[in-house]
Amino acid sequence: MSWIPAPVSRFFHRTSSPPHFYALADRFIPWLTVIFLLLLGAGLYGGLYLAPTDYQQGDSYRIIYIHVPAAWMSLFIYVMMAVMGGIALIWRMKLAEVMLISSAPIGAGFTFVALVTGSLWGKPMWGTWWVWDARLTSELILLFLYLGVISLYGAIEEKRAAARAVSILALVGVVNIPIIHYSVQWWNTLHQGPTVSKMDKPSIHVSMLVPLLLMAVAFKFYYLIAVLQAAKLELLKRETSSQWVKALLEKQA
Amino acid sequence: MPIIQAFWAIIRRDLLLAFRRRAEMANPLFFFVLVVTLFPLAVGAQPNLLRAMAPGVIWVSALLAALLSLDSLFRSDFDDGSLEQMLLSPHALSVLVLGKIIAHWLVTGLPLLLVAPLLAVFLGLPEQAMGTLWLTLILATPLLSLIGAIGVALTVGLRRGGMLLSLLVLPLYVPVLIFASGAVDRAASGLPVDAQLNILTAMLLSALVLVPLPTAAALKMSVN
Repeated sequence: MSWIPAPVSRFFHRTSSPPHFYALADRFIPWLTVIFLLLLGAGLYGGLYLAPTDYQQGDSYRIIYIHVPAAWMSLFIYVMMAVMGGIALIWRMKLAEVMLISSAPIGAGFTFVALVTGSLWGKPMWGTWWVWDARLTSELILLFLYLGVISLYGAIEEKRAAARAVSILALVGVVNIPIIHYSVQWWNTLHQGPTVSKMDKPSIHVSMLVPLLLMAVAFKFYYLIAVLQAAKLELLKRETSSQWVKALLEKQA
Repeated sequence: MPIIQAFWAIIRRDLLLAFRRRAEMANPLFFFVLVVTLFPLAVGAQPNLLRAMAPGVIWVSALLAALLSLDSLFRSDFDDGSLEQMLLSPHALSVLVLGKIIAHWLVTGLPLLLVAPLLAVFLGLPEQAMGTLWLTLILATPLLSLIGAIGVALTVGLRRGGMLLSLLVLPLYVPVLIFASGAVDRAASGLPVDAQLNILTAMLLSALVLVPLPTAAALKMSVN
């Protein structure tokens, strides 16, 4: 693989060794936590206190500071899982498998949060907890895709084989997500159109937009912390009998 | 043996095996009719209600019938070891897998066309929608077999993969269900259905190309 510069490939090979990754994760997690808490504080203060009340929706629009970042994360994590799945299938990198399977419950959690907050917002705004609207439906199907990944991994006992199965499933799923999304969109839609992604002129005021983006970045950091913790645990479970885990346990005891 | 011959040999072998067990072939058909029969019993026999629900009911039942028949796709080959022989053969596994999927569709998907008119009469579907119902069944049941094959390949090594299979496969069936039942619904009210049929055709063609690859990879994982 001559087209990858040597320092980069060396970095990947080092990072992908479990003991090195474990130490690295330990070193990073406190810093990530600090950044996450700062961003979360700033985002919540900006969103719940500084941002003005919406002239139509009153204060209940403020749920977007949880709802929208969670919905973004639900898609982002699935794409990350597919990328990890590709890496795991092509280079047989153990760490990519671990990251993939550690991401799944977190992604399912974000999807669930997006669904619940959306439904809480829908009750006063649309007058109903649930409508068969395009985005709600595709988010629900995304939740099922996550649950499929989690239960497939749980069902196969040999964990290396399970990781390969899950990688294949994640790749198949990521091809299908756009198809599902657009087919459901054709089928029915009630959800309000995108307000942030219109790059030229977002139809949301900047005082509401900034906290939203802060929260989005904060959620990304939360995901990093959570996935590193879960990956650490998964590594310990997989490599119970290896030398570095024993050394680690002796050091802690 | 050139690969194209191996491909035909797989189809011939699977069809022969299926015809030796004719009783099993009829099961998806009976299931299809039975599920459709349950709907009038559950929601009441008002003709207007049934006519409005007919495309959806027929398609959900077809989907469930396809789902139930999926398990036979690789199960017996996995149990008696022929799957390992296919893995060991010099031919690309994805081509052989495509042959197996086509044979499976000929046995379980195609017969659904035979009973579709009967069900349309049961539910009072307008006659003008009959042609579209057939077309969607021809285009979309192979899609169900293709997409399902990935799920079966992932779960064939498990002892109790049944429920898991439906959890894996049903979300992926959603687009097929939307466009197929949407087309029949529009045809019943006399609207054009070209868009839906074109999309189903596009999905079928891309699935024919793409599906054998992950299926082959998943089978290799399951056999090891």
